[in-house]
Formats: sequence, structure tokens, C-alpha cells
Amino acid sequence: MAAGIKDKVAILGMGCSKFGERWDSSPEDLMVEAYNEAMRDAGIAPQQLDAAWFSTHMDDVGTGRGGTPMSIALRLPNIGVTRVENFCAGGSEAVRAAVYGVASGACDIALALGVEKLKDTGYGGLPVATVGTYIPQWYPNAVAPANFAQLAAAYQAKHRVDPQLLKRAIAHVSVKSHANGAKNPKAHLRKEITEEQCLKAPMIARPLGLFDCCGVSDGAAAVIVTRPEIARGLGKQDLITFKALQVAVSNGWEMQSNEWDGSYVHTTRIAAKKAYAEAGITRPRETVSMTEVHDCFSITELVTMEDLFLSAEGEAVRDVMDGVFDADGEVPCQIDGGLKCFGHPIGASGIRMLYEIYLQLLGRAGERQLPNPRVGLTHNLGGQPSQNVCSVSIVGRLGA
Amino acid sequence: MRVGIVGYGGYVPRLRMSRKAVAQANAWFAPQHLGRAKGTRSLANWDEDSITMAVAASRDCLGADRDRAAIRSVILVSSTLPFAERLNAGVVCAALRLDETVPASDMTGAQTAALAGLSQALAQAQVTAGEVLLSAADIRRTRAASSSELDYGDGAAALLIGSRDVIAEHIGEAVHTADFVDHFRMEGENIDYHWEERWVRDEGIAKLVPKVIAQALSDAKLTPDQVDSFIFPSIFSKMDAQVAKHSGIRPEAVVGNLAELVGDTGVAHGLLMLAGVLETAKPGQVILIAQFGSGARASVFRVTDAIARFKPKTGVAGWLGRGVEESSYTRFLAYKGQLDLERGMRGEQDKKTALTTAYRHRRAILGLVAGRCTVTGQVHFPPSRLSYTQGAPALDTQEPYPLAERRGAVLSWSAESLSYHPAPPNHYGQVDFDGGGRILMEFTDVAPGDVDTGTRMEMVFRIKDRDEQRGFKRYFWKATPVRAAAGSSE
Repeated sequence: MAAGIKDKVAILGMGCSKFGERWDSSPEDLMVEAYNEAMRDAGIAPQQLDAAWFSTHMDDVGTGRGGTPMSIALRLPNIGVTRVENFCAGGSEAVRAAVYGVASGACDIALALGVEKLKDTGYGGLPVATVGTYIPQWYPNAVAPANFAQLAAAYQAKHRVDPQLLKRAIAHVSVKSHANGAKNPKAHLRKEITEEQCLKAPMIARPLGLFDCCGVSDGAAAVIVTRPEIARGLGKQDLITFKALQVAVSNGWEMQSNEWDGSYVHTTRIAAKKAYAEAGITRPRETVSMTEVHDCFSITELVTMEDLFLSAEGEAVRDVMDGVFDADGEVPCQIDGGLKCFGHPIGASGIRMLYEIYLQLLGRAGERQLPNPRVGLTHNLGGQPSQNVCSVSIVGRLGA
Repeated sequence: MRVGIVGYGGYVPRLRMSRKAVAQANAWFAPQHLGRAKGTRSLANWDEDSITMAVAASRDCLGADRDRAAIRSVILVSSTLPFAERLNAGVVCAALRLDETVPASDMTGAQTAALAGLSQALAQAQVTAGEVLLSAADIRRTRAASSSELDYGDGAAALLIGSRDVIAEHIGEAVHTADFVDHFRMEGENIDYHWEERWVRDEGIAKLVPKVIAQALSDAKLTPDQVDSFIFPSIFSKMDAQVAKHSGIRPEAVVGNLAELVGDTGVAHGLLMLAGVLETAKPGQVILIAQFGSGARASVFRVTDAIARFKPKTGVAGWLGRGVEESSYTRFLAYKGQLDLERGMRGEQDKKTALTTAYRHRRAILGLVAGRCTVTGQVHFPPSRLSYTQGAPALDTQEPYPLAERRGAVLSWSAESLSYHPAPPNHYGQVDFDGGGRILMEFTDVAPGDVDTGTRMEMVFRIKDRDEQRGFKRYFWKATPVRAAAGSSE
């Protein structure tokens, strides 16, 4: 196995815009908002940036293609700006590129920024995507809720879960995220909800109701990374470093073979195992202080707890109902509200997850601050259960 | 032995529109229909047209196992062919995975077109060693509150014509061509224009049809009283009995015209009734089929001993038993393209088809042909050069592996109400095929409650998307629950 990235790169600064229906703001405005906060936090001048990676998913609404939209919006000093796109996991990919760039020594300080402007389509939900010329000729006219709802169908069948119990468990996931999001001033959705509201909400894709689906938001998030010695040279004391950055991508096996049973996400298990190995973590439930996972739908979060080996297989329903992942639970999940309530501006989400862990590790999370977190994990999933890109990142205090 | 019918099949869409619901919806405008609004008429699902129904009837005829290499010609007959320029029968051939050397032709015109097609099929079978697949389908549009709306139905039928194992020998035929215009539909128009019924009955049908019946029977060297089954589709009440009486055919020989459940399926209707008759026919039985339209045609068949050795996959009786009554008149109008429903912005998505891509992958798309790895036996859809074998992808090991006639089971599914779909909620999910293979695919002919994990599914050829901007349809396969008669699942 490769030596890995553990403790080779530190976070110099981070920023995140307010997420939500930002009718007032263009994608350029959102980028500036996140960038300014990150640059202030890093305490550097633009000329100190050596390279930048830019994550945005939908180019037909929003910013457009290539690296120029970000370079122009931020008036960057003619450095290399590379657009990365990997479905909803693009934000984590921009971070990975910047971290690797810094770790290699090819650059000293790099910026990764993700942005998405989803509310210029005229309708709710994600924009209708185009996927080449062949796939539309046979593939269903699929939408994300129904793709992820199938996890529920297969999970329920495999583990023989009573449908009402599963519905209640995924409602608990959303109730928890709303309670957390209510305490986050940058979150899109800031109202608490009840289990009853969840259960009675209009059906979007059976069995997922309205409150089982995450917010579709405008927003941007940014991170500036460097090597630890440079960070110290710039006066940083409490360093947050990367422990692991892993990505696993489907190769069609789940979608085409008869071997995958549809009840879990294959790539998450692969990325998680590799990430724990890279970070040197052998007992994730005891070691990981908090997680920010890709809760695009409530069922995704529930299944992800098993795929990250935080719950034993078939036991996530019980753990969720027991409050293991609540704010005051053993391994708090989505303390910032998650995709569900902080919101999901696609290209920014992976960096937003990192932002929350960064704040928590530095004790800057205000009303929602967790007691003494040491190691955080982000799980950023793009695509759908049967075919996807999964990124698992682990960050912690240097030496943790 | 002379040539004749060697196989038959039918197709009646699952939905059966309640005539009472139609008449009641229109009663404010056309109260005259209330009195005669009994029973149902068949209604094609939104994703069906004459091509897909012809494929369904052909598959009903051919079943899963018959050697399709014997088919050496395909004739598709319809007055509602989806494409004016593009060989509609070519789509049928591709869906049936016939060899690309098989000639195919479209036929259209009057209500007698299916019998004209039959005549050509018989002539071709005389001179070729193989079989001719004749398929007829119609899905006619009608004006709201018209009597045609109640009388017409959607459906299809198929006959396999050949000279080996003939189950109904062709023994007589007659044609009368006359430009008698009882109704017409110009190019570019959607709806038939009818002349007065009394004139059509008395001056048209009553004079021209008995003439061809007499000639066909003479050709077959039979007398009218020897006819055991008389097929004469007509939307006019008791017209069949009147023609029989006038022609000297016994009243008990008159075959029921399926008006009660199906309605008149246009060009296809004679063959559909014939398929129904053949399902219970006995050796020696004489069948006379006649149709009226721009003149008249008649054909005579004698059932052979081989009749007992053929069974269609589902059969007309089977399709009749599978119906579900539809009581929403607005659904009827929407499926017929006569109601401009609000689709929301999600309904604006461009459905342009790359024809280059469609041709390159025609066997996978139209034929549902997967790739089966000759080393591992693993089935790949869509087929690919490299196999998905974990850790050991094999190169160029896949051979064509058709999935259309295989059944499967639902692994996972959902029904979503977010996006635009003509029949919400949109059901789709992963189907695992018996013998291997998995496709995430759309489900059709389903209502909430019809599908769950493990539900047994079979494949149907349907319209995938309509490109309304350019006037194009693309076709693919969908999964539908395996159903026994009376609409219950397997």
C-alpha cells in the first residue's frame, strides 16, 4: 500500500457561504463569499496561492465550464485553475487534487473551491441532467429520489425490516438533522420538525417523503491547504491535517451483475476500508469523533452508517433509533444539519462537510460545538447506489 | 398441401376504457351516447402504438421458443403507422431480432388492408420456403364525444403464413375494389371522417360484401351453409348477422366481434377475431373472413389436424382476461394526445435521439440483446468489450444473448412523483433476469401496489420517449409484472 497522505497536508484556512435559496446572489458572488472567508482565515494574500481546483457539477445552470469562471470571479493571479467534476463528490475531488498538489511539493499553497447555483432552473429538485447519447435510449428517466429509494426497498427486503419501522428510522435521521440545522446560522433549512411531520409528508419516491430528501441549495465552500511546516511558518498553531483521502468509483459491477443485492453502497465500503487503513484507524466507532456524510436522502445516511462500519450490518435501524448518531450520541452525524438542512449545492458539498469538521476540531462551532472532537470523517457520494463515485476523507488534529 | 396459417397471435392492451365513463363525461354535450354506452373499449397505454402492439401480437404468435430463422418476410399493416418515412416493419423486425436479410414492408390504406396483406403473404409463401409474418395493428384517434370514440378500440394481431404444419389451409379468396368512401382520413389528419351510416350499410356493405363472400366460397368450392365461422368486423350493430343472412351463412356461424370488451381495432380487427376463432377451432372447420373498405375482400380457410399442436403465448382469450377497467376519461384523452396536461418544467427536457448511436446499438436497444461472457457465463447489459468480472475483466468474450423472452424478478424499485411522467408515479427498478443479467429499467402497465421486491417480471417492447420537438419516437423494452388471466400477478 502507498504511504498515504496522513499528516502531510494541513488546512490553512476555510470559508463557506450561507447556503440556501440565494435569489440575491450569482455563483460568482457565492464564490467570493466563501473565498474571502477562507483567505481571511488563512491570513494570506492571493499572490501566495500557487494553484487552484474548482468544483462545479451542473454547467448548464450556474457557472459554466472550465477553470475561467472561478479565476475571473476571484480575480486570481493567473495561476492554474482546473475544473473537476465527479457528480456530487466533486467538492471532495477538488480538495484531493489540491492536497496532492501540495503534498507533492509541486505547489506550496493551493485553493479548492466548490460552488453550485441550483436555484436558477425555475423548479424544485435537481436540474434534469443530460448523460450522453446512448444511455437515454435505454436507461430509465430516473431521478435521484427514486434511485436512492431503491436502497430502502432492497435494504428492507434483505434485512426483513418492518416497513413502518424503517420509515420511522429514516424519519429519525431527518428529525435529528433538522434539530442540528436549526442551530447553524449558515444552514438552508433551520426549522425543527417532528417524526409525525416526516411520516405524513407527501410521497416523493416511495418510500421517501418530502422530509426524507435533502435541500437543493445555492452555495459555495473553499479550503486552502499547505504543508504543516509552511502553516507553522505562517503562524498557525492548532493544525488540522488530512489523515486519509480515498475515492472509490463503480465499474458497472453493481449495475450489471447479479451479485450486488442493492441494500448497501459497494464503493463506500471500499473507500471506507482504504481510508481507515490510510489513517491507521482500526476501531472506527471508537476513534471517529464525528461524521459528515452524504445524506442526500435519509435512507442513504442510514445505510451509510453500516457502510462506514459505524453500525454492524443490519443494525443501523436500531442504532439510529437509539440515538447513536444524534448530536448527543456516540458518533454525532451531520452536526451542521448535513445535506438535509445545511443544504446541497452539489459542487460545494464535499468542502462544506470538511468545513464543519474543521470548525468543530478548532472549537469554533458555536451553539452546536461538540465536546472535544479529535477525528472527523466526511463521506461524499456522487451518482446513485448502483453506480457512483464515493469519497471518504478523514481529518484530525495533527498528532491525533 | 397448400399454404395457409401456421401460427397466430393477438394483442389487446391492458386498459379497458369504460364507455359509461366516456359517455357520462360528455353527456352535457352529447347525451345521445348515454343509452348505448355499455362495456369497455381497449385503450393502449401511453407508451404503445401500432409498432409496439404489432410486436406484442407477433411475440404472442411466435412465443419464446419458435425458430424465428424460418421467417423470411415481414408485412406490417396499419392505418396508423407511426412513421410516414421510415420502415415501420423494420422496427418490428429489429424488436423480434430477425435476420437483417429478411425483407420487410409496410402496408396501409383501407380497412381491408390486413386482408390485402394476407393475400400478399400467402402469395409470398407459395414461392418461398420460409414463413411470412403478417402483423396488423391500429390505434386510431377519435374526436371527443363522437360515436367512434366509443366504437373503436386499440389492438393488434399476427399471423404466420407458411406451407409446413399448416393449421388453417387457405382455400379461397375474392376481392372487389371500388372507391366507395364510407370514411376517410387524409395524410396529416388524425381523425376519420364518416359518411352517413344508412348509405354505408345499404349501398356499400350490403351490396359489396356478399359479392366477395360468394366469389370466395365459389373459389373454395364451398356453399355458404358450410361456413362454420363467419368473421366480419363492423362498427354497425348487427351488420355481420345481416350480411350472413344475405349471403346464406348460418346465423350461428357469425363470430362475436369483441365489441363488448375491445371495440373495433380497425385494420387489425379481422385478424384479431380470426386469432380468437383459431384458439378454439376444430379440424375441418371452415372459416370465412371478410372486411369492407374501398371495396371488400374475403378469404376462406379450412382448419387442419395440426391446429391442436399450436398455442399462442397468451392468446386473445388470455388478453381479454387481463384487462383492467379504466374510468378516467381525462386519462383516455391524455393517452390519445388530446389533452394538454401541465407537465411542469421537468417535462421540458429535450428527448433528441442521436440516430448514429441508435443504429450502432440497435441490437441492444431494439432487440434487448445482452452480451454473455463465454468464459464466466456472466451476462452484460449493455454488452461491452470488457467484462465486469471483478478483478479479472475479460476482453472480447461476450456473445449475443437475447433477454426479451426471459423473465426476471425485481431486486429494487421505487415509484416517483417528482418528474413528469405520462402515467405517474413513474415505476422503475432493477430487474434480475433468470439465467443472469440485470437492467435498471422502467416498468409499464403498473399501478401503485402492483410491484414489490421479488415481483416476477416479463419484457414488453414500448415507446421509451417521444421527441415532440422533432416528431420522433424511440423504443426500448420495459418490464411488466407476469400476469395470469384476470389481472392477478404470477
